[in-house]
Amino acid sequence: MAIYGTALLSLCLLAGLLVGKVLGWMLGMDANVGGVGIAMLLLVVVTDRLKKEDKFREPSEAGVLFWSSIYIPVIVAMAASQNVRAAIHGGPAAMLAGSLAVIACISLVPVYSRIGRSKDDDSSPLK
Amino acid sequence: MSQFIQSLLIEYSLITAFAVIGLVVWVSYLLSAKLTRGRLHGSAIAIFIGLVVAYIGGEITGGTRGISDVPALAGIGVMGGAVLRDFAIVATAMGVHLEELRRTGFAGVLSLFTGVFLSFFMGGCVAWAFGYRDAVSVTTLGAGAATFIVGPVTGTALGASSEVIALSVAAGLVKAILVMIGTPFAARFIGLDNPRTAMIYGGLMGTTSGVAGGLAATDPKLVPYGAMTATFYTGLGCLLGPSVMFFLIRWIVGA
Repeated sequence: MAIYGTALLSLCLLAGLLVGKVLGWMLGMDANVGGVGIAMLLLVVVTDRLKKEDKFREPSEAGVLFWSSIYIPVIVAMAASQNVRAAIHGGPAAMLAGSLAVIACISLVPVYSRIGRSKDDDSSPLK
Repeated sequence: MSQFIQSLLIEYSLITAFAVIGLVVWVSYLLSAKLTRGRLHGSAIAIFIGLVVAYIGGEITGGTRGISDVPALAGIGVMGGAVLRDFAIVATAMGVHLEELRRTGFAGVLSLFTGVFLSFFMGGCVAWAFGYRDAVSVTTLGAGAATFIVGPVTGTALGASSEVIALSVAAGLVKAILVMIGTPFAARFIGLDNPRTAMIYGGLMGTTSGVAGGLAATDPKLVPYGAMTATFYTGLGCLLGPSVMFFLIRWIVGA
């Protein structure tokens, strides 16, 4: 049933956020350290395991895939609720700080993607 | 009649949001196909329309949450809020290859640290250029150039003035918006078409909303890889900002 997949997804997110929260607390701050990333890892590992034991069939998977496919609309809604006005009214200092950080960081992407990559383990474009 | 509609839309605000966003996405894909012949991704147009609408919403209401400050459209704030966003991001991990994550591990961690340091540095330089000479203000603006969450967290911890904190939030917003809009255009030049590069990109850029939007507009299959590293960025920035980065900047600035 679809709810099994959605429930599993929810449990992974809650568990990940909890770990992220505790991690933040241990580091002495009120922030979530990588909770979402940990939840993603958890989901990948758990579904991989369940699929091998044939306990996670297509109907259950549909309960996760729906949320994955609703991702772009959610991002559009997120964009529509950003404080764009404040960004534009922030003046030249904010504009410059934000855009220089973007330019500097993005120009390093090709450099870093070569690190630790050997000839035979080329990461190929997804089909 | 219109007041009935208004109250209905407010009561069922999340449902209204689904309908409105669905319409925006439909129009965007239509524009993408007809006007750009698919060259500009439909989701890129949709995100751009979202940002424009957010600006208009801010101008009309004077609020801070874009179009979702309009009562009938408040559901858009719920739909695009952290809860559903995180839920949907985690769901995208379903198609992730574990092997790919393991292989990029080291470069991914390295890109995270570099991204945080470089953003602080660029933001700090701008602060200096605009006449800020105290380490607290320089660090806070640097933190804002990391993400719009790291900025206020660092600024509050260091006791920065509210003017500087507001500026740091604005810098972070500029970054997020620029990443959302710019990624599809930059993708070709930086080789952003595979999981490995997406992970490194997520670590270097950091801003979760920017990366999530930018990758969605480039290639939705890359989203989980970029998002995975990016979600560690804000936490790392909040950790390093008021500590290592502050000491480093105080040492450079000397005040």
